[in-house]
Amino acid sequence: MADIALEHITKKYGDGFEAVKDLNLDISDGEFMILVGPSGCGKSTALRMVAGLEDITGGELKIGGEVMNDRAPKDRDIAMVFQNYALYPHMTVRENMGFALKLAGAPKQEINDKVTEAARILDLQQHLDRKPANLSGGQRQRVAMGRAIVRNPKAFLMDEPLSNLDAKLRVQMRTEIARIQQRFETTTIYVTHDQTEALTLGDRIAVMRAGVLQQVGAPGELYAHPDNLFVAGFIGSPSMNFLPGEIDGDTLKLPLGDVQMPGSVRQRLSSGPGGGRNGVIVGMRPEDFEDAQLVPDRGRGITFTTNIDVLESMGSEFYVYFNVGTEKVASRELEELANDAGAAELPTQEGSQVTARLEAASRVRQGQDAELWFNAEHIHLFDPENGKTLLGGDGHVDEAPSSPPQGLAGSDDT
Amino acid sequence: MKPTAQQKFGWSGAFAVIIVVSLVPVFWLIMLSLKTPASATDGAFIPHHWTLSNYHDIFSAGLFTSALRNSIGIALISTALAVVIASSAAYAIARLDFPGKRAILAVALGVTMFPQISLVGPLYNLWRQIGLFDTWPGLIIPYLTFALPLSIYTLSAFFREIPWELEQAAEVDGATPFQAFMKIIAPLATPGLVTTFIIVFLLCWNDFIFAISLTSSNAAQTVPAALAQFPGASQFTQPIGDIAAAAVVVTIPVMIIVILFQRRIVSGLTAGAVKG
Repeated sequence: MADIALEHITKKYGDGFEAVKDLNLDISDGEFMILVGPSGCGKSTALRMVAGLEDITGGELKIGGEVMNDRAPKDRDIAMVFQNYALYPHMTVRENMGFALKLAGAPKQEINDKVTEAARILDLQQHLDRKPANLSGGQRQRVAMGRAIVRNPKAFLMDEPLSNLDAKLRVQMRTEIARIQQRFETTTIYVTHDQTEALTLGDRIAVMRAGVLQQVGAPGELYAHPDNLFVAGFIGSPSMNFLPGEIDGDTLKLPLGDVQMPGSVRQRLSSGPGGGRNGVIVGMRPEDFEDAQLVPDRGRGITFTTNIDVLESMGSEFYVYFNVGTEKVASRELEELANDAGAAELPTQEGSQVTARLEAASRVRQGQDAELWFNAEHIHLFDPENGKTLLGGDGHVDEAPSSPPQGLAGSDDT
Repeated sequence: MKPTAQQKFGWSGAFAVIIVVSLVPVFWLIMLSLKTPASATDGAFIPHHWTLSNYHDIFSAGLFTSALRNSIGIALISTALAVVIASSAAYAIARLDFPGKRAILAVALGVTMFPQISLVGPLYNLWRQIGLFDTWPGLIIPYLTFALPLSIYTLSAFFREIPWELEQAAEVDGATPFQAFMKIIAPLATPGLVTTFIIVFLLCWNDFIFAISLTSSNAAQTVPAALAQFPGASQFTQPIGDIAAAAVVVTIPVMIIVILFQRRIVSGLTAGAVKG
């Protein structure tokens, strides 16, 4: 049990490449911190520096108040779960889980007790005498978890521990990890590129891009108040829609039509950093759209008619896609996100495609015109030049949208 | 894809040919060693008179037994040293990034390029001057110079196959780098270590050029050198039967050892360590 502090941590490789740039992160005792970002953003490097598997070029790493920069991994009292599990193939599950205790010179009885207890928690009792080669992927993953928990270390470090599991198992293990972390209350740093994992697991999330920390905060906060275009586009699935817009007094001119900015947005805009701008990038989350027929009070938003390109029924809801005849919003951050998702390989479309989530009660049909409504209270505004948000904090996080990260908002530290 | 009957037939035929070609000389040698000296050159595959007298001869003369002792001792010591030194070197080459890594590999490979015969003359003079001539170290040292590059190459290939995460996991688990090597890497590299052991052992066991040039008495003469100096029963009889018997004695045990060790060379020992 310990807090972990990264102070101005930098990683520079021999060839001059800077993988992590001036990373500052305070992880309090027992906290579940997620490092998330696209591949190559430096999140794994940061984790490996905490583990001691990677030298720290600059800055200071403290675990439990002690500077750890020059300590060997074995002297840091941390446990790590690797992406590919890294189980010792010549040892049984029991030996794998007890290896660290054996190295530490614990008595046999104690090792046995702890391994048995961990196996019980992870439901591995009947596999204790098998070798990793004879286990399924999910079982191997649990052995890797078991190896970490038997030691009761100061911190768990997890490097994309679920990415090798198939989708269904991943969801199960995700819950499992959350349960284990809550049970042991061990400080945890969890690296993932999957924003769903980040939102569902973390007490707080640190979003990284190209070695630079973008934003740290509770899942709800990142979701409701992204600091910049990158965080906005990365967090949330389906991801946020971006359209060019223009501010004219209290009116926001959108390709969908003009909308009167609600008081809350105006207030946040004036307290934000870049007030007085005209051209902006407007971010709209898919779930803030609705079938206009289902909205009794359309006052606080904008109603428009569009032709539905594609309709996907999820049973509980619809995802509809429609085109807005306007130029695509151009921004380096968004391009990077698109490349990371592999979208660059898709055929480019004319105009901007917008995704909207509608209630299953909607009567919208594919290929037909439909009247949709957007909730202007939840609009996001970004500076097209540097991608930063134009909205200041509104102080009432409780008004976060009712979608995924419910009840997680609260530890607002902006 | 399942092989067709025709393919099976073809492969079986090819295997049969290879087996016959490799085994005929071995059986020829065995049969020769069981013939009487008089009938040794009669050209028959099966001896007319079966005899063990050749075996009796070589073990009763002191030359062969001391040579056998020298061979076993020198080959085992050279091999053990080569495997221990080479595994540390190979581990460093496989895992660490240090300046001159490529140069070391190139030099190691270069050493094996020297024709051995070109070194024998200078070594002979040098060994005589510094007192290594006709001693065990006098053979072990040249054997090491040729065995090490070979073992470093073989072992570094094996070490590279072992996922690096395993060591990192061990280090995070509280192991020193040495413990990680001994408890995780070495057990996993066992097939590589065994393979290297066999190759190096055979290299030393079968060497003739150094053995014949750098030894002169039963203090250090190994079996291949001793074989060349077998006397006949009289100066008019050739010691063919004795040589064949000695060859069988030094070949068969090695074949058995290799076959036994081969069972340790199981592929897929690292299966289950990492996914994918």
